[in-house]
Amino acid sequence: MTKWHDYLKKNGKAPPWPYAVEYDKEQEIETDVLVIGGGIAGCWAAISAARKGIRVTLVEKGNTIRSGAGGPGCDHWCNVPANPHSKVDPDEWAKVLTERPGVLGPLQKDPTKCSYGNGIGNQIQCREDYDTLLEMEQMGGKIRDTNDEYVGAEGRYDDTKFMLSPRVSPDHSTEVVIRIWGTTFKPALKEECKRLGVNIYDRVMVTSLLTEGGIQGARVVGAIGFNNRTGEFMVFKSKAAVLATAGNYSLWMLNTELAGYNTFRSRTMTGDGAAMAWKAGAELTLMERSGILNLGTGFKHTWYGGAGDASYENIQLVDANGKKLPWPVQGWPDGGAMRPAPEIHESIRKGIDTGEWALPFYGDFPAMPDIERKVTWKLMLGEESTTKIITNTYNRAGFDPAKHLLQNYQFIEGTSPSQWRTTSGSGPIVDWDLKTTLDGLYVAGEQMFSAGDHSYAASTGRYAGRKAAAYAGQVNRATVSKEQVALEKARIYAPIKRSDGIDWKELQAGISRTMQYFCSEFKTESLLDMGLDSLKEIEEVFVPRLYAFDPHKLMRSIEDLSLLAHGQAILHASLARKASSQTLNFFRIDYPEVDPPEWCKFVTIKLENGKVKTGELPMNYWGDMKANYEAHNKDYTGVYKG
Amino acid sequence: MAQKNINAIPNIISPNTPVIFNPDICDGCNQCVEVCQVDVYIPNPEKGKPPIILHPDECWYGGCCVNDCPRPGAITFNWPLQQRAYWKDKATGKVLRDSY
Repeated sequence: MTKWHDYLKKNGKAPPWPYAVEYDKEQEIETDVLVIGGGIAGCWAAISAARKGIRVTLVEKGNTIRSGAGGPGCDHWCNVPANPHSKVDPDEWAKVLTERPGVLGPLQKDPTKCSYGNGIGNQIQCREDYDTLLEMEQMGGKIRDTNDEYVGAEGRYDDTKFMLSPRVSPDHSTEVVIRIWGTTFKPALKEECKRLGVNIYDRVMVTSLLTEGGIQGARVVGAIGFNNRTGEFMVFKSKAAVLATAGNYSLWMLNTELAGYNTFRSRTMTGDGAAMAWKAGAELTLMERSGILNLGTGFKHTWYGGAGDASYENIQLVDANGKKLPWPVQGWPDGGAMRPAPEIHESIRKGIDTGEWALPFYGDFPAMPDIERKVTWKLMLGEESTTKIITNTYNRAGFDPAKHLLQNYQFIEGTSPSQWRTTSGSGPIVDWDLKTTLDGLYVAGEQMFSAGDHSYAASTGRYAGRKAAAYAGQVNRATVSKEQVALEKARIYAPIKRSDGIDWKELQAGISRTMQYFCSEFKTESLLDMGLDSLKEIEEVFVPRLYAFDPHKLMRSIEDLSLLAHGQAILHASLARKASSQTLNFFRIDYPEVDPPEWCKFVTIKLENGKVKTGELPMNYWGDMKANYEAHNKDYTGVYKG
Repeated sequence: MAQKNINAIPNIISPNTPVIFNPDICDGCNQCVEVCQVDVYIPNPEKGKPPIILHPDECWYGGCCVNDCPRPGAITFNWPLQQRAYWKDKATGKVLRDSY
């Protein structure tokens, strides 16, 4: 008896709320550096700030031990050009990443002036993520094949026991990505936070930033939040804050009862950070960019967003008759490419109709050399995010990769509609300190525009933490506006004062529908205007009907308000870009020209006195990456020796 | 024999069993409650008993609850039917699936 309705049947009533309900309680926390979000970037920010000997507070919606996109695990430490086996120069590789879209690989073949990469973030990652990786090892994370489990595997170096990955390394040309045992990382990071005295608040949702005098665009002096189990109100007062929140994978789609959330990120990732930065007056960019969710109509749990189930690195795909498909080998010869070129994909599609290729397709694990199969099944799939539980489930059910072909769901489960999108790749404008346009507000990890992967989150978090700590050491504490706190308190608790109306699921589905209709494949000025009107109506008519039964549903409800604000920012940014762009997956019917040179620039939006202001920055606004990195990091001391 | 004395209840949330607890092994330590990213569970009001699955519709199938359980066998991952996997024996050509 573990299901809610079983309890109801047995006891004749619902279980009582298991936590103290404390909507009327209020807690004030004073700190030097406040880190918002306890995922990979947030933990690293807290650790590096705490090393400076100042007071650090970390606030996390879930539990820091396993929260965030990298919480369950991670199998690749991407783009680590300072590793001893690398064949590329860190500064050169940072340029490659910045000028060639596709940071997670495969990289676009040629550089483009219209790449929208983040030169600052890429430079930090390339210079510092090897040091970050070594620090991860110091904390107890496993980064080498110390047990000699994979001796003889391609890419394993016997001297360092590092396992290099084929990703972006066709025929070992770069050796720039390292395979890791990422399931060991997150608990070690939380432990290190605790060891350094970081004050951790788990199960607390930060809902907004506090600005000096409550003025939009002024210095950030703290944040407001509430405990999503007890409902307790929290006021955080800080000298500097690091926004280390996640992206937003829920704005365009609500999917619960069909099969649970499987949009590559959990429902907790609702764009809270972008919404609070927007409302505080920070300048945001690339908000008009969206990605396709790449979920098939089957909603099946994919290994990896869009990669197809068996099509992981190193595995040859074959058709139902065992015939090899012209899919990339996904190993060293192809540099770990996970998808074929569009024209090859199309030719396979045609070949299915003519009988050349028989469905379904399979991943031919048995054809792999034993050691490579073991690396792929046990290390890569066993350590990557949510796939550890999947491989364990397969093993339990009798799947043996030495004997069995793993079914692939390409084509048979259909294609994700273009209306199912993600908001990935947008965020606040940052400078060389990873400071936003607001004093006192820094940003790291996935919350940055054009962010990268796990090691990007780790290295930018580590960097933002030390910069925020330096700022906190120079400034005085500012006063928090009582009026701003009171207004936010009223906003947060409105849904629990109602017991009827519209719940968080219905509201989210309504917001998502607006985004699907008016901000997806077909974009014109009038459609986007209709989208803004629709969201305004939702805000004015339906949000005042929002109700929540308990602190958990209250969190989901306030997340909906983040989604709403995020949607509004996206629509404003979409109106501001009067051109189409391939890289941004942004196509305006009324401005069909794709990436015209005059629009190869960062379009920015911000709120000033509640009004939307648009602006622009040149593609390489950060200047010379190497020179500026060095100018801003003369005091950088490398691997922590504390 | 089907029960005749039944209550009127609405359609329940489903799938609603992302995991199956073994009450003989689970000692109600609530580690799974704590590591869950989305708070799918609440502790059982009765101490020492397995948690209650309160928000199955928010489950991400991330697996941390099962991966981090200190008592092996106390909690088992349970994919919804439509998410179960297929594979094929290379030698015999027989199509197999997860019927656990």
